[in-house]
This record gives sequence, C-alpha cells and structure tokens, in this order.
Amino acid sequence: MITKNGYRRIVIEPVTRVEGHGKVTILLDEAGKVARARLHIVEFRGFERFIEGRPFWEMPVAVQRLCGICPVSHHLCAAKAVDRIVGGEKLTPTAEKVRRLMHYGQFLQSHALHFFHLCSPDLLFGFDSDVANRNVLGVAARYPELAKKGILLRKYGQEVIRVTAGKRIHGTGAIPGGVNKNVNAAEREYLKKDIDQILAWSEESLAIAKQYTVDHLAEIAEFGSFPSNHLAVVRADGAMDLYDGGLRAVDAEGSVIFDHFDDQRYYEAIGEEVRDWSYMKFPFIRSLGMEHGWYRVGPLARVNACDFIDTPKAEAARKEFKGLAGGKPVNVTMAYHWARMIELVHAAEKIALLLDDPDIGGTELLASGRRRREGVGVLEAPRGTLFHHYRVDENDQIAMANLIVSTTSNNEPMNRAVEKVAKDHLSGVEITEGLLNHVEVAIRAYDPCLSCATHALGRMPLVVEVVDAAGCVVDRKARD
Amino acid sequence: MSARPGERQKPKIATVSLAGCFGCHMSILDIDERILDLAKVVEFSRSPINDLKKFDGRCAVGIVEGGCANEENVEVLREFRRKCDILVSLGDCATMGGIPALRNSIPLSECLETAYLDGPTVVNPLGRIPSDEEIPLLLDKVYPCHEIVKIDLFLPGCPPSAEAIFSALTGILGKSRPDLPYELLKYD
Ligand code: SF4
Repeated sequence: MITKNGYRRIVIEPVTRVEGHGKVTILLDEAGKVARARLHIVEFRGFERFIEGRPFWEMPVAVQRLCGICPVSHHLCAAKAVDRIVGGEKLTPTAEKVRRLMHYGQFLQSHALHFFHLCSPDLLFGFDSDVANRNVLGVAARYPELAKKGILLRKYGQEVIRVTAGKRIHGTGAIPGGVNKNVNAAEREYLKKDIDQILAWSEESLAIAKQYTVDHLAEIAEFGSFPSNHLAVVRADGAMDLYDGGLRAVDAEGSVIFDHFDDQRYYEAIGEEVRDWSYMKFPFIRSLGMEHGWYRVGPLARVNACDFIDTPKAEAARKEFKGLAGGKPVNVTMAYHWARMIELVHAAEKIALLLDDPDIGGTELLASGRRRREGVGVLEAPRGTLFHHYRVDENDQIAMANLIVSTTSNNEPMNRAVEKVAKDHLSGVEITEGLLNHVEVAIRAYDPCLSCATHALGRMPLVVEVVDAAGCVVDRKARD
Repeated sequence: MSARPGERQKPKIATVSLAGCFGCHMSILDIDERILDLAKVVEFSRSPINDLKKFDGRCAVGIVEGGCANEENVEVLREFRRKCDILVSLGDCATMGGIPALRNSIPLSECLETAYLDGPTVVNPLGRIPSDEEIPLLLDKVYPCHEIVKIDLFLPGCPPSAEAIFSALTGILGKSRPDLPYELLKYD
C-alpha cells in the first residue's frame, strides 16, 4: 500500500507471542529504504479515571485486572501503596515473607512463560523458521523434554501463587497492612517436595540462555541494540531487591544518575511524555530531559544496576554476565534473555529459602498505624519497575490514581529496537514473513506486557506496517 | 500443519483476546501439561500464543476473551463468529464487560484526560491526547460479546479456572453438552 506522501507502508498486526495488543508500522521510501518504524499500542482502558471513587482497599484486587500475566505485581504494588494509607507499611515478618514468596512465585512463572512458551521458538529454530512451528507446541514436538520442563516450571510458580494468594490468577492474598493468610505446614510441605527439581531446571534454563547468547554473540551484539540508561529498585546495600528498596538509575557506562531515591517522591525523578500515535506514554528521567532521559527497565536493567545478588547461584551467573561488557552495563538487547534466566534462578533460590523460614507460618498478619491520605507503591515486576500512586478523600474513596507500568518505561527502547532492526534488516530487500519476525523478536526480548501498557486493562497483538516517505501505508504484513 | 494422507483432520481451535487482560489465556495455559494431550487431538488456528495472525481454515471452536472496547475488537469478533462453529465467551470481561466496563458510566473524554493530561508524572505542554489513524477508534462503551454476535457458550469467572476450561473444551470436542458442576462456575 502506498501512503499519500509516497511511502510504502508495511504493517505487522497483531504482534504475537507477547502479552496484549500492539502493531508495528514501517515506512519505506522509493528506494525501499526504511524511513520510519514504530510500535503502536492500540488499546486504551482508562483505568486511572474509572477507579476514582472506589474504596481504596479494592485497589489490590481491582487494579491487578490490568494484566493476567503479572497480576501479582499489580496486586502487591497496589497493596504497598495502600499499606501507607492505613499506616501499616512496616509489615510483620510473616506478612512480608508471605508476600515475597508470592512475588518470587510470580517471577518464576512469568519468566518461565516468557522464555519457554513465547520466545524459545525464535531461539531454538531461528528467527525466520517456519511459522507453523514457531509456538510452544512446535517446541514440544521437537524438544518434548524441554517443553515439558518449561510447562512444569511455570506450573510450580503458579502453585506458589495459589498457596499464598488463594488462586493462580487474580488472587486476594495481600490486604492493606499485611496478608489474609499464612502458609500452613501442609502447604509448606507440598511446595518443598518439588523445589530441588525446580532449582535444577532453573539452572538448566539459565545454561541454555547463556549458551545461546555466547554462541550467537556476533550476530546479536548489534541486533536492535544501543547504549541506554537503566533504572531499577535496589536494596540499601546495593543488592538486587525485587520487592522493596530505593530507585537507582545508571547510564550506559554505569555511572550513577541517582541512587536510593525515595520511592514516595518518584514523580520528582520520572516524567512521562505523551505522543499522538500511541496510547502508551514515554517516561524519562526528569534531570536528563525528554530527549536523553529515556531508560530501560526489566531483567537487563536490574542485573546492570545492582551491585550484587544475594543468592549464590544467581550471583555467580551475574558476575559471568557482567563479563560480557568488562564489568560495565550490558547494552545488548538480546541479552535480556540471559538476564531473565539469572532472575529465574534467583527466584527459585529465594523460594527455597523462604520455604525453610518458620516466619511464613506465623500468625501476626496485619500492621497498622497513623492514617494517611496518600501512598505510593514501587516494586520490580518481572518486566521492570512498577509504580502505583493513590490519593484518597475523607470517605476513603480514591481521589487520584497514577500508574506507571513496567512496559511503559520500555516504550522508547522498544521503538528504538524496532527502528534499528527495520533499518538494518528490511531496507532495500524483499520483505518476507521471516524478516518481519525479526522485528517481533526484538520486541519480545523486552517481554512487553501491552495490556498493562494501555494503562488500563489492555492487550497487544502486533501489527507491522511499512509506510512510504510520505507517511502512506505501503504494505500491511499481518502475517498469515 | 496439514494432516497426513489417511489421517483424519483434527478439529481446529482459535483464540483471541479483545478487551481483556490476558488472564483468561493464562488460565487456558493453567491446564499445564494437559496442553500436550490436547495438542494430540486438536490443532490451534490463530491465537496470540502462536504466530498465525489470520484464520487458516474453519474452526470447530473459537474462544474469546474480553469484551469490545474499540472498532477493531468488533471486527475481529465478527470474524470469529463467521469462522467458528462454536463460539465461547471466556471470562467475566467477555460475558459482561468486566472491569473495563467500569468506564461505561464515565464520559470517554474524561478517561482520556485523566490518563494523558492530569497526573503527577504527565509532561504534556501541548495537551496531546493520542489520536492517529494507526490506532483504532474507541467505542462509546465497552460491550459484552453477546451484544455484538451470537455466543454459544458462556464461561464465567475472572478468570474461569483451568478445570472449567478443560471440562468445557473436552465436552464440546466430544460433541456432548459440557458437564460443568456448580463448583466450577464462579463469578469473581
Ligand atoms: S475475565 Fe478477568 S482474567 Fe479474564 S480477561 Fe477479564 S479481567 Fe482478565
């Protein structure tokens, strides 16, 4: 299809094997060179407005309906914010540990889902392999043992969530100031029975991701890659902490932009730009400005930003990983997969430790204190730093809600990755389905959750469009 | 994946997420290792978990998550009705609109303004609200699927449990009325 400005436009719609609804448009000039490529988020829900007026204690169960892949992240992040409203942010040891157990279960299931169910076909079969095999059942046909391990890893994570939250998806475990149940002896035994196996499989997954990165380094080093800032939550001593801590941002060389920034004042550090062509906003570090302040979040940013990981196997893997860039931040987009599997191992190690901790069976479940009108919750979701911010009125109804979901922070990086891959691989050649999948491979590295990103319940198929120099759609490659 | 000669063509299943959160799709995956057994008796047509972006033939079952919030959702839902013998509304969003339908009592413009103009982190000096020919038009309200097309089976729940989904599917594929005991049907 030719656009009114004379560009040829190609569309990838929907983007598949990602969560939610998105599309990619690519504009080609007369010579077939890529003039522009964009990832659009095509859904809008309006969450921030329609939860106004709801009672604040509903937030942990209502807002998680943003996303069925990472509901626990929203559940816990909203809970952390409303903890402050009831003055119960200093949780009892039982409440904090049960929430952490739920959170690590979430990391395990989400990272396993992403690696095995969604991405493994690209890594195992190649980016332009037969479309019929590029799914988890295709993997199961060729590598039955591997696919089964992936399915069972996810299952275990889901079971940890079920035990701590009551059900696998959209549970109710966290309430303002604590949790509504502990982990009893029978539940603890049930989860302990398989944890050694889960640890072993996590390490195998890590080995696969590492081997893939090392073996393919020459081809992936530049693939959709660029230097960038990185943002993550870290513990007071600089350790990776997925549930709680201060904000740290580092630049592409590893120099600190800000450190241990108080999460309650996140809005002083981060702003969000609005652009016409996407429902997803574009966050940036305020001190660097819109143009230079964009940053990456998620596994790559976390492994880059922390000083160390406090579990031995993941820490050994982190050191090896940092070796890729001589100890500086790794800026290779496809290295997200390796970093993600380091976190898979970390989550499994943390679960093992918590299952041996007597506190998870304790009976002090709730804390409370001085009431407040406002609260911010910040944590690391599987896809990156997540912010929930609520203000309540005198009737305890929500008066203001602001959410910055993880994938939104990766909006600019994903768009840059899309543009780079399109320019490097689609310019001046005949565009095939397999080449278009290259674009999606770069998006998938970020494990985007476009449902979340609609800032209100959403979804994301991906469409890639090629548009000519004048902005007209030349061709729409919704793959079939 | 076409059938080998002599092999009976397996029935096809297509799935889609409209204005949903993907939780219903996750609940399908929560049948865990039984997905491998299911794959022996059915074939998957278009679905967000594979790379088929269009229908590759007529489907025995279409599974729809989420209601309709924009014009594109409506188009896709109508296509599912045309291409699928049995259409299932999966989950509270598809059957009733669910949480996204909370916006129905609020003017759409207010929802957009809150998201893109107000808020402590928004930096929007030009007062932009996303609007581009590349992003589909929003509907005035969020509609449940049966208000747009005929639906053959409703599975409530947020999400329906994996057990409910598995029982329903095996029932439909066995050409019997799905046997769904009361305990499996939950509105949450
Ligand atoms: S019914 Fe619940 S789980 Fe299903 S799409 Fe809607 S919010 Fe998500």
